[in-house]
Formats: sequence, C-alpha cells, structure tokens
Amino acid sequence: MATKEFLFAGFGGQGLLFSGKVLAYKGLIEEKNVSWLPSYGPEMRGGTANCSVIISDEPVGAPIVLNPDVLVAMNLPSLDKYEKAVRKGGIILVDSSLISRKVERDDVDVYYVTATRLADENGTGQLANMILMGKLLSVLDEYNEETVSAALEKCISARHADMLDYNRKAMETGRNYAG
Amino acid sequence: MKGNEAIAEAAIQAGCRHYFGYPITPQTEIAAYMAKRMPKIGGTFLQAESEIAAINMVYGVASAGKRVMTSSSSPGISLKSEGLSYLAGADLPALVVNAQRGGPGLGGIQPSQSDYFQATRGGGHGDYHMIVLAPSSVQEMAQLTIKGFELADEYRMTSMILADGTIGQMMEPVSFDFDIKEAPAKPWATTGTKMAREHNVINSLYLNPELLEKTNIERYKKYEIIAEKEALAEEYLTEDADIIIAAFGIAARVSRNAVNEARANGIKAGLIRPITLWPFPEKVFAKAAEHAKQIISVELSMGQMIEDVRLATQCRIPVSLCYRVGGMIPTPDQVYQAIVEASEKGGK
Amino acid sequence: MIVFEKPKSLTDVPLHYCPGCTHGIVHRLVAEAIDELGIEGKTVGIAPVGCSVMAYDYFSCDMIEAAHGRAPAVATGVKRSDPDNLIVFTYQGDGDLASIGTAETVHAAARNENITVIFINNAIYGMTGGQMAPTSLPGQVTQTSPYGRDVKACGYPVKICEMLSELEGPEYLERVTVNNVANVRKAKKAIKKAFQNQIDGKGFSLVEVISSCPTNWGMTPKEALKWIDDNMIPYYPLGVYKDRSAGILGGKKED
Repeated sequence: MATKEFLFAGFGGQGLLFSGKVLAYKGLIEEKNVSWLPSYGPEMRGGTANCSVIISDEPVGAPIVLNPDVLVAMNLPSLDKYEKAVRKGGIILVDSSLISRKVERDDVDVYYVTATRLADENGTGQLANMILMGKLLSVLDEYNEETVSAALEKCISARHADMLDYNRKAMETGRNYAG
Repeated sequence: MKGNEAIAEAAIQAGCRHYFGYPITPQTEIAAYMAKRMPKIGGTFLQAESEIAAINMVYGVASAGKRVMTSSSSPGISLKSEGLSYLAGADLPALVVNAQRGGPGLGGIQPSQSDYFQATRGGGHGDYHMIVLAPSSVQEMAQLTIKGFELADEYRMTSMILADGTIGQMMEPVSFDFDIKEAPAKPWATTGTKMAREHNVINSLYLNPELLEKTNIERYKKYEIIAEKEALAEEYLTEDADIIIAAFGIAARVSRNAVNEARANGIKAGLIRPITLWPFPEKVFAKAAEHAKQIISVELSMGQMIEDVRLATQCRIPVSLCYRVGGMIPTPDQVYQAIVEASEKGGK
Repeated sequence: MIVFEKPKSLTDVPLHYCPGCTHGIVHRLVAEAIDELGIEGKTVGIAPVGCSVMAYDYFSCDMIEAAHGRAPAVATGVKRSDPDNLIVFTYQGDGDLASIGTAETVHAAARNENITVIFINNAIYGMTGGQMAPTSLPGQVTQTSPYGRDVKACGYPVKICEMLSELEGPEYLERVTVNNVANVRKAKKAIKKAFQNQIDGKGFSLVEVISSCPTNWGMTPKEALKWIDDNMIPYYPLGVYKDRSAGILGGKKED
C-alpha cells in the first residue's frame, strides 16, 4: 500500500467521522503517514457528513479525497454523489439496509452489507459504522486485531470504556459477514 | 490531533496562560480546548462579549507582559482589526490566529485564503505589519504557534497564524518535542510601579506629528531587520524547475501532489511554499526567477499573494494565477492542468 | 498649619483640561483615594478616548491608553493577568462608556469583573468639540443636535446606573456629582469605596460622576455647576443604585 484514500459518507450521526478516526489511528499505530479531514459546519447537524482519510507510506499531500480508492456509503445521496468518483479498480461498501439500489459501475469491487439491520439485531445499536469498518478491513486484508484494538482505545475515551467491547464486537460481525 | 487543537496545546506549552475568544466557525476547537485546559493549569479562559472585547483583553494582558492569544475566523478578524492596530501602535507582543473562511461579508464557513492582504498589510489602520505565519500541516500549526510567540516577544509585535478551515479541522500526527524560548524580561510592562520605578505607559497616541513620524520610522527599521532575518519558505524540487508553483497552507499541499504528477509526466515543476507571508520570502522567489520560466500562484483567493510574487520577481518572468474561491479548494488535477498549460506556452 | 498638597499619585504634568472643567477635581479624588489606600505601586489605570485620553500622563501609577470604549475589556485583561497583586481602574467619559463601549461596560459588570470604573457623565462629547452624547438630555443643544436633542429622531439618554443595577453581576453602583463642596466630599467617599471594594475582592464597582463641560455647554463655569443642579440631577438622580454588601440589591434607586 503506497497510498490509499478513503471516503466515508452518509448522514450526520451515523458515526462516519468516528470510523475515519479509527482507521487513521490504526494507520498511525502502524507507523504510516495519515490525515483525517471531516466536512464541517451546519451539515454536521443532521445533513450529509463525510470524512476523508489518507493512509500512505509517503508524506500526505492534499488531505481532501476527491477520487477515493475506497468509498463507504451509508445513504443514497452519498452513493449517488460519489459513486462515479471512485477510482477504477476501487472498492465501494454499501449499507444495503439503507440503500436499496445497486452500484451501477462494473469496474469496482462492491460489497453490500446490511449493516444497520445487523447492528439492531446484534444489540450493538448504532454501530453500523463499525460493522462496515470490520468488513472493510477484512476485504483489504488489513484486519490486524492488535492495531485495531489499540486504535479503538485511542478513539474511545476512558469515560466510555464500556463501549470498547461493543465496538470490537461490531467489527467482528462485519469481518465475518459473508456477502 | 486536530490542527486547531494543536495550536491550543502548543500555545499552552509556550507558556500562554491567557486566552480570550468569541465563538465562530471554523476555529471553535481552539476555544473549547482552552476552556477545558486553562482552569486546570491556573490560566484564564474567557469567552468575551465580542471579538472586539476579546482583542482588547489581549491588549490588557500583553500590556502586563504576559504571553496571550486570541483566535477567530475572517469576519471576526475584521472586528479585531482595530485592536491589531492598537497592539502595533503600542508595540505589544501577542498571538492571533485566523482560521480563514470564505468572504467577503458573512461569506461561508469553508476554507479560504482571501484574508492574505488583510493579514500581510496589517489589517487595521496605520502603517504597520504583523508577522504572518502560514502553517500547512498540523505539525506546523503547533510549531508555528510556538515560533509566533517567540517572534512576538523578540520584536514586540503581533504574530498572526494565517491558517484555514481545512488545516484547522484535519487530523494528523503531531509531535510536541519543542525547544521553547521563554518570554524575555519585559521592563516596559504595566505590572505596577511597586514604587520602585517611574510609571510605565502603554500608549499609541502621539499628538506631536514629529514624534509620531519618528516612532513609525523606528518601527519600520525593526521591520527591515525582521524581513532580513525571519523570511522563511520551503522549496520542493525547485532547483531545476521550469515551472514553479507558489502556494501556502492548504494550497501548497494540493500543489505538491500536482508537482509530483507533473514530474511523473516529464515536466520539470517545483514548489515554493512561503511559511512566513510577512515578511515575504522575496529572495527565494528572486533566485527562482533566474532560472525558471514561469510561476503559477495557486491560491484560495482571487489573486492576492500573486502581487507579492510579482514584486519579488520584479515581473522578470510571467506569473499566472490558478485559484478557487468561496470555500472551494483547487484540485491537484486543476493545478496539474495549469502546469501543463504553462509548460506548453513556454515562457520567458 | 494646613498645607494644601498635590496627591502623590498625580504627576507634575499640567492638566490640559479647560477652565472650569470638573475632570481636574475627579482626577484629584481618584489620586487621593489611591494615596490613602496606599496602592499606587500596584495600581494600573486605563485611560479612554475622549477628553481624558491623556490621563496616562497625569497619574503616576502605571497607565495604559485603550481604544475608544474598550477600557473595561483592557482592564479585564490586565486584572486577569495578576488578579492577586494588581488594582485596576478605568477612567471613561460618556461617549466612551455609554455609547461605543456599552457592550464592554455591560459585560464587565455582568461578569462582576473585579475592577473600578470611574464614569464621567457630562452629557456631551468634549474632545471632538461638543457633539451629542448618549447621555445628552432631551432638548439639549449640541453641535450635532442644533435644534435640541429630538428624542423621536435620536432616542433617549442612556442611564447607566439604572441600567446596570438590573444586573446580578455588579457589586456597587453609585451616582455622584462634584458641583459643590458637599457633593465633592460624597464623591470622594464613593470613589474610595469603589477602590476598597476591589481590594476586598468584592467585584465590579462603578462611580458615575455627573460633571460639567462649560466650554461645550456654552456657559461660564459657575453657570455650568448650576446647570447640573437644575437639569442634570433631575434627570440623573444621585445616590446608590446597588451595593450588594450593604444589601442594596438594585432595581431601584435608594438615597
């Protein structure tokens, strides 16, 4: 992996900025160059939200991801908006419990995960984002339990330590999801 | 760590124990960080009633000789401009952060570099300058904050961190392993006479025009020394470059990608990234103009820094503009296309 | 033998104020209070923009010249820089405190900022040559209200003590004047108390001094002092508007 650019997109409140943060910290722990850039402003409150993450062996240049290698789409407007931007040969992860349509392109790898429904069923409430993250890392063959765990600890404050296990569990669910 | 938080933490490490601010997007993380930390380390965090009040509280602490800062974003900096002029007129050291957003007016909340003129020409009324530092990474947000305090104290003037929403919001690893110069003694400060000296007066009023002229000329002699000693730029692949990009902050990061792309396609491109916008790194540009064929100024403005690039190169080679404004950011591809175009045109 | 001496907290620089102006009296009262409390060495004064802009030359404690209206914000910064060791006062006129600096005044009071504010209300802009002030009386003729202040067009005067007394924040608000010996004595007492409150850590203390401006009012000094009695005081009643420690909690004037 020389440079990989990720775009997480969906509604505010789906935990996309958090997913991006976990991924960035994982990269940092693995001694890569990383950047994490959220969209900010009024759209934080309920509108669309996205965040750019770049993980690279080289120093990161522009931190804004326009043509992602990986798109994680958690609502239809995001898929509509970014599907075409994904690099040829890239990856699109779709939360198929929220997006009913299929990806139209045939030059990218697509994974459909019923993440939001799974999260509800497994009692991990709002952690659809982490289910997708688990799936993503497993697809990339980057699911390193040690660094994933360390990254989660970095991103979850001690006050919410009880959330650590839920997050781990959600990521495991995603990792083992066949689809 | 977020860029804005890096500024706040660096300020604390530099010994700043007084922060005054007023909420405005996109720099509120600085205030939030200070609100959390200052009470725990015996410092002052105060949310002022306005930007104007905040900068005048800064003026008060600076008068009393302590390291002090405020932060805001473009519309708020306009309000602070009165205070910036008074700080300059009274020769007070302070640090001001501008996380620029699109303008004019209320503009937008997305990143911009359109306060370049305001910052490098002083911003408020009267003949004066501020030291203007332009970070382009989270690490530099921290590093230049510390440098800003040090230079402010050394030269008794305001340092401004001219950042933008992107660098403020983005997270990157940052190391706080700094060798920090402590604030020097400030015998001029209004700390109470303790009946042991004549009274100190912090003032910018000179009703005698001869005295005001003399004071201004003295101040400009100081500016000359700063211009000579403190101008700073990073050069990337400029040595043999035909096309040179001039860009700072977020625009420089985008441009770096474009330069790499150009090199991969056999175009000799390079990048000069001014780190100090005032003083402007004129010599670096003058030297570049000796061998380069063209310069492209990449900005998040309608073309502001380009004037300094032209002055520094004395228009010896063509200087063109590549820009996005209103909160939009040029893409690496847009910059690359500009390089290709310039390279086809030749130059000189 | 009684020798009339200049307070130590005043410098030897001759005051520039017009003949009959009451600034001189108030400067003296402030300096006497500082002397008597023995705080000159730890006092920092903030001068405004207006007639008293050059107060920094007249007081021998450390002084700062602030931008127009911003003295309470500057004072906040200075006080917060060393709250245990510094005594900070502002000296402001009506344009400075009640017009361009209203926000700074109100919020320093609301924060109960532990500072002392001396507010000179002479119902006119003196330094710039006699324009209408926020405190100019209805019907008052000034350079910018040549037909008299028309309240329909430019509103009513701002009553600072009454207004601030509605706030929970401030410790002490009193309106005094200096148009006769008895009133000067009362003013002295109020000013000294406003400094003592700060020493005791009680918080925001403001003394409004109804003052005269014979030059811009177009009167002799004597007429001006009478004009205070006849016109200013009926509109701006003297008295304590708030004194938390004494149980006067504001909202209405108490004599």
